[in-house]
Order: sequence, then C-alpha cells, then structure tokens
Amino acid sequence: MDRNRKQRQLLALPYVLWSIAFTVIPLLVIIRYAVTDKDGHFSVSNLLAFSTPVNAKAFLISLEIALICTVICVLLAYPLVMVVRRLRISRMTFMLFFLIMPMWMNFILRMLALQMILSNNGILNMIVTGLGFQPLALANTKAAVIIGVVYDYLPFMMLPIFNTISDIGEDVLEAASDLGASPLSVFFRVILPMSLPGLKSGITIVFVPSMTSFVIADILGGGKIQLIGNIIEQEFTRSTNWNLGSGLSAALMLFMLVGMSFTIKDDILPSHPVKDEEGEKKEAPGGEGISRRAVL
Amino acid sequence: MKKRILAAAAMLLCLPLGACEGKNQPARELTVFNLCEYMDPKAIEMFTLETGITIKYEEALTAEDMYTKYKAGGIDYDLLCTCDYMVRRLIAEGEVQPVDFSSFEYGKNIGQRYWDYATAYDPGNKYSLPYFWGTVGILYDTTKVHGPIDSWDVLFNGEYSGEIIMQNSMMDTYIVALKYLGYSLNTTDEAEIRAAQDLLVAQKPDVSAYLVDEARDEVVAGNATMAVVYSGEAYLGREYNPNLDYVIPKEGTELWIDSWLVTKNCKDPDAAKQFLDFLCREDVAQMNFEYIYYSTPNEAVLNGLSDEERADEALAPDPDSCQNSEICLQSDAATTELLNELWKELRGN
Amino acid sequence: MKKKLLDLVSRFYFIIIMFFLYAPILVMIVLSFNNSRSRVVWGGFTLQWYKTLFSNRQIREAFFFTIGLALLSAVIALLIGTAAAFGIHAMRRRGYAIMMGVTNIPLLNADIVTGIALMLWFIRFLPLGSGSVLIAHVTFNIPYVILALLPKIEQMNMAIYEASRDLGATAVRGFFTMILPQLTGGLLSGFFMAVTMSMDDFMITYFTRGAGVNTLSTMIYGEIRKGIKPEMYALSTVIFAAVFLILICVNFWPSNRKAEKRREGII
Repeated sequence: MDRNRKQRQLLALPYVLWSIAFTVIPLLVIIRYAVTDKDGHFSVSNLLAFSTPVNAKAFLISLEIALICTVICVLLAYPLVMVVRRLRISRMTFMLFFLIMPMWMNFILRMLALQMILSNNGILNMIVTGLGFQPLALANTKAAVIIGVVYDYLPFMMLPIFNTISDIGEDVLEAASDLGASPLSVFFRVILPMSLPGLKSGITIVFVPSMTSFVIADILGGGKIQLIGNIIEQEFTRSTNWNLGSGLSAALMLFMLVGMSFTIKDDILPSHPVKDEEGEKKEAPGGEGISRRAVL
Repeated sequence: MKKRILAAAAMLLCLPLGACEGKNQPARELTVFNLCEYMDPKAIEMFTLETGITIKYEEALTAEDMYTKYKAGGIDYDLLCTCDYMVRRLIAEGEVQPVDFSSFEYGKNIGQRYWDYATAYDPGNKYSLPYFWGTVGILYDTTKVHGPIDSWDVLFNGEYSGEIIMQNSMMDTYIVALKYLGYSLNTTDEAEIRAAQDLLVAQKPDVSAYLVDEARDEVVAGNATMAVVYSGEAYLGREYNPNLDYVIPKEGTELWIDSWLVTKNCKDPDAAKQFLDFLCREDVAQMNFEYIYYSTPNEAVLNGLSDEERADEALAPDPDSCQNSEICLQSDAATTELLNELWKELRGN
Repeated sequence: MKKKLLDLVSRFYFIIIMFFLYAPILVMIVLSFNNSRSRVVWGGFTLQWYKTLFSNRQIREAFFFTIGLALLSAVIALLIGTAAAFGIHAMRRRGYAIMMGVTNIPLLNADIVTGIALMLWFIRFLPLGSGSVLIAHVTFNIPYVILALLPKIEQMNMAIYEASRDLGATAVRGFFTMILPQLTGGLLSGFFMAVTMSMDDFMITYFTRGAGVNTLSTMIYGEIRKGIKPEMYALSTVIFAAVFLILICVNFWPSNRKAEKRREGII
C-alpha cells in the first residue's frame, strides 16, 4: 500500500518540474530584487516597506475588500448550488454552463458594461428613477468595486462547491429527512461538511487573486480606492522601482502563505488520514466524521 | 472552424522555430514597437507592399510598459515610438542612434515649430522624429457650466464639487496643480511640489473619479461635468457630444510630443529610415491623422485642414495658446521618487 | 405545499442571479448594434460592425490565436494538473503543504509581477514569441485545474478502483473506467476555469509575447483609450450566440434525452 502511495506521488513529477522551471525560478528572480537595493546591495528595507502607513493602509483595504467579496460569494454560491442540485441531471450541466458562460466574454468588456450599468446616469439608475425611487450613488464607491469583484468571481466559487456535492444522491438526503432531520440540519450536517474541500478551493480562487487585482477598483471605484495591487503595479511601471515592487510583492506573498498554511492545517489534512487506511492514524475531527457517517 | 483552431494551435507551436528559419533569408524586416492604436494598420500593409520590407508590429499601453519590455532585451526592436521624457531617458542611456533627418525626402513636411519644441528633450534634433503631439486641458459640458472655463481654477474652487474627473496617472495630475500654482511642471523644488500636494489633497473630496481611459466617456455620457484629458481625447469626445468644449487653461499646461526613435541595435538602419520617411509622406500622415486624430506636426496635412478644424484648440493648438506650456521632462530621480510617494499618499488618502 | 414554496423561492433566486450575471452581457450585445463608435452614445441600429468584423484581418487572426492558445494551454494544464492533483493528494503533510504553497503563487502574485518575472527568465533561453506565451498561460492555468480537482479526489471512492485492480484490471484501465468518471465534474470545471483565465489575461501575455503576437485581450486593452471598437462587441456577441446555440443543441439532442430518461429510470 505504501509503495502504491509512493507511485502515486510520482504523478506530481511533471508538475513539480514545471513549477520549478516556471514558478519557483521566476519567483527567485523577484526575491533577488526584493532583498537588494537599487545598487545591488543586500537590504531588507523593501520588505519592511510593507509596514509604511501608505502601503499598510492599501494592504488593509485590499484585505477588507477581498474578505467581504469572498464572504458574499460564499453566501450567494451555496443557495445557487442547492438550486441547481435540485434539477434533473442533464438540466444540471446545462444550467451550470449557463452560469459560467458570461465569464467567456472578455473581462474588460464586462467591467466596462458593468460600469455603464452602475454609473450615475447609468442603466440601473434609469430603472430606479423610472420606478420613482431616488437614484443610487453607486458609481465610484467601494460598493461598486465589491459588486464588480463578486460579479467576476462568483462562478469560480460556485464550481468547486458544486462539484463536491453534486454526487450526493437524492436518496441520501431523503433518508436523512425521513429520519427526521430538518432541511437546515440536512444542510449543516450533510451538505456543508461534504462541500468543505470545494469551499476551500473556492475561497482560494476568489480570495487570493482579489487581493492583488486592481483593474476592477480602477474602473468601478473611480481610482479612489488604492489597493496593494495598484502600488505594486506603480512601483514596477511608473516609478520603475522594481526592488520596492518586488519587496512588497514578496512580503504580501509571505503573509498570505503563512496565513494559508494555518487553514491547510485546519481543514485539509484531517481528511487525509481517513483515506490512509494503512498510514499512521491521525485524528479526524468531528465534522468530517459526521459527514462520512451520514453518507455511509 | 475546427480546422482553423487546429491551424492556430499548430502555428503557436511552430512560430518560434519559424522565426529562427526566417533569419537565413535575405528578406528585410523591421520590428516596430509603437503605443496602442497609434498607427493605421493599413499604413503598415502599404509600406510592405511598396518596399517589400515586412513589419513585425507590437504595441504597448504606456511608455513605461514599453521601456520595461525594451530594456529586458528579449526582442530586438528596430524602431520605437514613445513620449518626450522617455525619449530623453533613452537618449541619456545611449539606447538610440542618431538619424540624419535632413536626408529624408519628406522630412520637410514636419514644421519647424515642432522641431523646436522637440529640442527640449532632444537638443539638436539628432535622434527623434516628432509624430503626434498635443496638450492637456479641460474637456467640459457647455450645458452644465455656469461661467466661462479658461482656468484650472474651476477644478479647485469647489464650484463643481463631485462633477470633476482627474487623470489617474501621476504626472498628469501633478502638472495641473503645479501649473495652477504658477510653478514649472519640471520643478525640483520640494516646497513647490508639497504645495501642489496640499492643493490636490484638499481637492480630493470634490473629485468624482480618477480615471485614465474612461475619463472622456464619462463627460460624453453626462456622468461628469468636466475632465482633465489629452487634447486628442477631447476631439473624439466632441465628435460624440457636440455640447462639449475643450480649453487649454490660461495658466499653461503640459505640451506633449510622441516621437520615433531608431534603436542602437537596429539591424537595418536604412530600412528604419525608409519607414520613418514613409510616415512623413503626406498621404500616409493624412491616413494616420484620420485614424488617430491627435495634433499632427505634418504641415502638408495641416494645410489640407478646413479653417474650422485649424481653429480647433483640441486639434491644432496655435503657438499663442501654448505660450505658458512646457514639455514634461521628469528631470531627476529624487523628484520622481518624491512625486511617486506623494501620489501614493494622495490616492490612499 | 412547502415544496412548492421552496420551488418558487429557488426559481426566483436563480433568475435574480442569472439577471445579475447576464445584465452586462446584454449591454454588450446592445452595443454591438450601436451605430456610434462611442459606447456611451446611442446612434441608432446598425449591422455594420458585423460586416467590418468579418473583413478585419487583425481581429480574425487574434481571435483564432486566442482560441487556440486558450484550448491548448487548458489541455496541457489539464494533463499536468490532473496528474499533479493525484500526486499531491498522495503526499504527506509537508509535501502537501509545500506543493499547495507553490500552487498558490501564480494566483497570489500580481499579474505584472508574474509577467515581468517570466519575461526576465524566458529571455535567457527562449525567444519571446507565441511559444513563450503558451508556457506562461499553462503556468497560471495549472493551479486552477489542481484547485478544481483536489476536492473531488479527496472525496472520491478509491475502493472500487482497488476492487477493479484485484479483479485483474490494469492500472490504466482501472483509472479510465473507475476513477475518471467520478472526476468528470472536476475536470470540466478545471478546464473551463483555465480557458477563462487564458482568454482574460492581459498583463502576463503582454510581457511574454513576441512582436506581432496578439490576443483579443491585448487588442481590447489597447483600444480602451480610443474607445473599444464596436467590432469587439460584435465579435463577443457572435461568440456568445455560438456557444449558446451549441448548448441548446446538446441539451435538446434526441439521443441525449433518451439517455437521460434511461438514467433516471435506473435511479
């Protein structure tokens, strides 16, 4: 069994080589810039620049927007996934396609269209005032940025969650409710625990990139919101201070990777031992156990 | 359809190899690096038809993006089109080679006035060929303003609070404040720059948005009353909304010129010169002018304009309206760094 | 009664979300018929952008290159990423953490950082052209495939695979008959996310491409200042309509319906 596992690990070899060649080495290039000053001497000042008031503020705003958007995406995605789940199987794939299709239109075109909808004299306000309400002042605000990010990332949250729970048979859920479980407890005790790995992927795909993306903030936020991505971009282009840009980038990466390593410990690894029948049995936390029992 | 996709995929794999093979053939080729949407594609086709020289053409969003990619050295560019202060920088770094523009057949089409402007960043006109130029000014909706617009003052006096759009780019924002305060936009005096910063910080609550590319459309659509824009954008804006007008404020502004350069490693300087000469030719310059609608330094084209067009400040600013204006040179590193820090502060405020 | 109410609420919710997702697409479709070069002015109805679209060589080339690049990079990423997901899944704590960290890097880095870093690295051994763009796209696509597949692998039923092996199936056969069908959803999502990311990328493509290489995305970014050319809206509408039609056809294809009935009968 252990030999089998070693063999399976080998499957990652092409990716390991690929990521060394095209992710890790380019990363080293960036890190070299990050730990030197403009004259090429070793310096940590670029990394420490992360804590200057301007940069720290941009970082906190990015964190705030990314967090809010991730939470909204999760809250919108679960009911959506539950609705799609209720459909017949072939309709299910059809509907999923429908939800992803908007993403295939170019990002900038979608954002400019969204701006036309949200702007002061925009389409939304035409409808709102047409109905006799006060026009909304959404344009160039944080709210508009959040709408934009949620719009762009919602399908990326939905897909992984949907995948993890699409296989739960209707019979399982019916059995659970026949045994007296309320729909809410079916959701919290069966569906939610089953979907955790998908949720984690979804959170990574939404939260992580939205920390550094700034185009949405520039278009929908009217350039009034400065994200850490703006600053990094500016250091690289306008001021051509690659050292500082790399330093900020490396510090951000460090922060995020450390932050994420905690989440890895919390909810990914415990699911492993369940499958390592032969491996050393680590303790599986309650949630996982319940879900498996519920499914079995 | 499927075949096409397969063909494209195959092309994708073969291109790097194909490029290597091409080097053995005597066919002449130029690699041209231009700013976005800055040449009529038909002009390129025409040049290849006439001379047999093929053009590999690439575009960059900004002068800075172009600099980054050029400096990396991965591609041997022959010709660059970039803005004034970047020309100065590339000359200072020895990246370009001198060109004898007097030998050009159509070089005389470029008016003396523009060669004179260009001496600010290219003394003696040794390296750069002026291509298009313009100013930075205010595009405003005549139906929404309460009085004459002729000064930067309207952006700072609070009268149009919430209806103003500023540029989301460092220099284009600071030049406005510096010029309004009566300073040179190339100032290196920290006190003057900080005064400009105070002004911009105080102005921020009145600003509806800081935009680059969408500034013009916001005024056209009526979402804002006025915007700081480049003159070429203003011309386009008025095409869409006749109620708009453009003004170069009386305090003066930035005068910008984009020019062509031949790189120091240019493989075929004769072909490069041929291309630049071709761009000065009346019909080609006319074609590009109609494609870009920025101010042209080509007098053959200017002479063909209607009186109305020639009186248009957005299209052909006369020397008088440019009197107080300067070309931005981004002189020294310390000043650029200070501006950069202040700009981050302003945006994060 | 309760079920009906739930049906109603869920249908309502679905429609609202659909509206949210499709409103900007509707705007784009309307703009493709706008007889004005400005997106904010309505100049009457026209079909001229569709005509000019099909006669525009640059757009055509960029379109086929974009589609080819997206599909090819997604397929390569799918192959490498699927194998990697199995491998990572089999790893112990430390290997797993390291590999997931590496996987997160392309997501985490600002595009401009990834783009410049790749460019600086490529120019040492690879001419910048379309090949370098392909490698760059595969690089940022793989993480999406892995992230889409890992959750699926984690909850997969390996027992039936082991059983098929015990009954004498080869590893390859066991994989294709027992494991792959369980992964279809994850593979599809990974593939679609990769295609989407590849089609939307601008920054990384910009820095890693050679002269003369254009994607729709780089074209559109370049057009923003002057105003997006209406042909781009027309092209988007054509793509949208094509995908839409294919989708409808597949869904209402007779054999499909039968298969579905059969499947439902079994369940």
